[in-house]
Amino acid sequence: MTQLPPPSAKKLGLVIDLDTCVGCHACVISCKGWNTENYGAPLSDQQAYGANPSGTFLNRVHSYEVQPDQGAAQLIHFPKSCLHCEDAPCVTVCPTGASYKRAEDGIVLVNESDCIGCGLCAWACPYGARELDAKEGVMKKCTLCVDRIYNENLPEEDRQPACVRTCPAGARHFGDLGDENSDVSKLVAERGGFDLMPEQGTKPVNKYLPPRPKDEMPEFDVLAPYLEPIASDGKGFVGWLDKALSALPGGAK
Amino acid sequence: MHPAASVILFNTFSGLGFGLLFWLGMGAIVPTGTGAFVWFAIAYVFAVGGLIASTFHLGHPERAIKAFSQWKTSWLSREGVCAVFALIMMAIYGAGLVFAGTRLGLIGFIGGLASLGVVFTTSMIYTQMKTVPRWRHWTTPAMYLLLSVGGGALLAGQVKVAAVLLLAGGILQMFAWGSGDMRFKASGTTMASATGLGHIGKVRAFEPPHTGTNYLMREFIHQVGRKHADQLRIITIGLAFVLPVVLLLLPFSHILAALAVLSHIAGVLTLRWLFFAQAEHVVGLYYGKR
Repeated sequence: MTQLPPPSAKKLGLVIDLDTCVGCHACVISCKGWNTENYGAPLSDQQAYGANPSGTFLNRVHSYEVQPDQGAAQLIHFPKSCLHCEDAPCVTVCPTGASYKRAEDGIVLVNESDCIGCGLCAWACPYGARELDAKEGVMKKCTLCVDRIYNENLPEEDRQPACVRTCPAGARHFGDLGDENSDVSKLVAERGGFDLMPEQGTKPVNKYLPPRPKDEMPEFDVLAPYLEPIASDGKGFVGWLDKALSALPGGAK
Repeated sequence: MHPAASVILFNTFSGLGFGLLFWLGMGAIVPTGTGAFVWFAIAYVFAVGGLIASTFHLGHPERAIKAFSQWKTSWLSREGVCAVFALIMMAIYGAGLVFAGTRLGLIGFIGGLASLGVVFTTSMIYTQMKTVPRWRHWTTPAMYLLLSVGGGALLAGQVKVAAVLLLAGGILQMFAWGSGDMRFKASGTTMASATGLGHIGKVRAFEPPHTGTNYLMREFIHQVGRKHADQLRIITIGLAFVLPVVLLLLPFSHILAALAVLSHIAGVLTLRWLFFAQAEHVVGLYYGKR
């Protein structure tokens, strides 16, 4: 049913640390690998080795440059996948009931055998979390690795989403954001975790942790001023040389 | 938004077809026998032809029957239910006129209103999208209804009504464009709110997630429409509204009426192309584009 269930007590989701992410895209690859081989239709590629490659991904890493008013710009790697919103607009627009939010843990899923591939849920999602697979004609999205997190055939340490398991920097955390005493909830409270596009009213479960302020490096090299290699003051001998050479035919002004 | 040909054809022709069914149902013209058959055939070819075209963009059209189930929340589902209801009602009304020469007034009235219901539910599919600020406004359903009723009146030969409705449509469309141009900015969704990094400084997309394109960029980021928006708007106003009204005001002839219809259809196709091509989805912000 595409009616949203009442808010669940358990809200499984991800916390993504923008301070720690190094932009290696390992989560993208492990996500594609796991979700191509397991739950639902594989994530197809078109012209994977051609001139214009394209494919279905459930997780993508953007990189942004943020320029403060003063000081150096910061480069921030920004992984983005389904945020498993509490007020998921993608669910209610679905005409067939293929798109649904689980009442027990809040995971948003697609029942692929009911999906007609109309694409309306992708239109309704402000985050670009849903992609229509070009080969299978059904909507694909992050399942929060629902086939891993409850899978008792896997060793316990592997019972978390593939992206979290693989992240070499520890930038991705998985847990119950409905439980305020969970590790992820504490992390969000400590670091000031935030929602993406809060004005869209989707109430995302996934949270992002902001980058920490950059350290200021103090000037400690006492010789540096004397080794200044660029003469820009134009005084004395250098100043005379500058003017004299500029006056020659073809001289730089 | 990507202007998919199937959806543009559906919006244009089903709108006209259901508009004509509305006027037939309301009894603006009451043909009987073979004449009635021709009128209803035209309306059904437009309305049903458009509906069939709309299934061409589906990944799995063979499962379309499932789309009637979620009418409680989904405007697309409501549209499907409404369309089937309207088409059945109007088929009964039409059969009465064609085969028995009898006008089943109440059924026609219900079918006519349901025909407008189809157009309204279609418009709400777009209007509900908070992600596309240009569409999320009362002018979207108002424009859909006005175009359908106006175009329907044109097809049904209701000269005076059609002229008034088309004139009103042209004016409302210009208002919808003008106010729509401001709406993305007014929505408050920016690269800063999309990334949550605005408190540090000015956010710029440095590197996209992939070297190539992807489904999201193909579906949601379309810049050609905006590039030529001014010219296309003038063409739309001329073809969809001004020229048909001028042709209607000239002394009546069937050739001029046919030209008015053709001009209107060409104008509405342009209008619908712009409706999609100009609409900006907020997801483009993640790519530093709109």
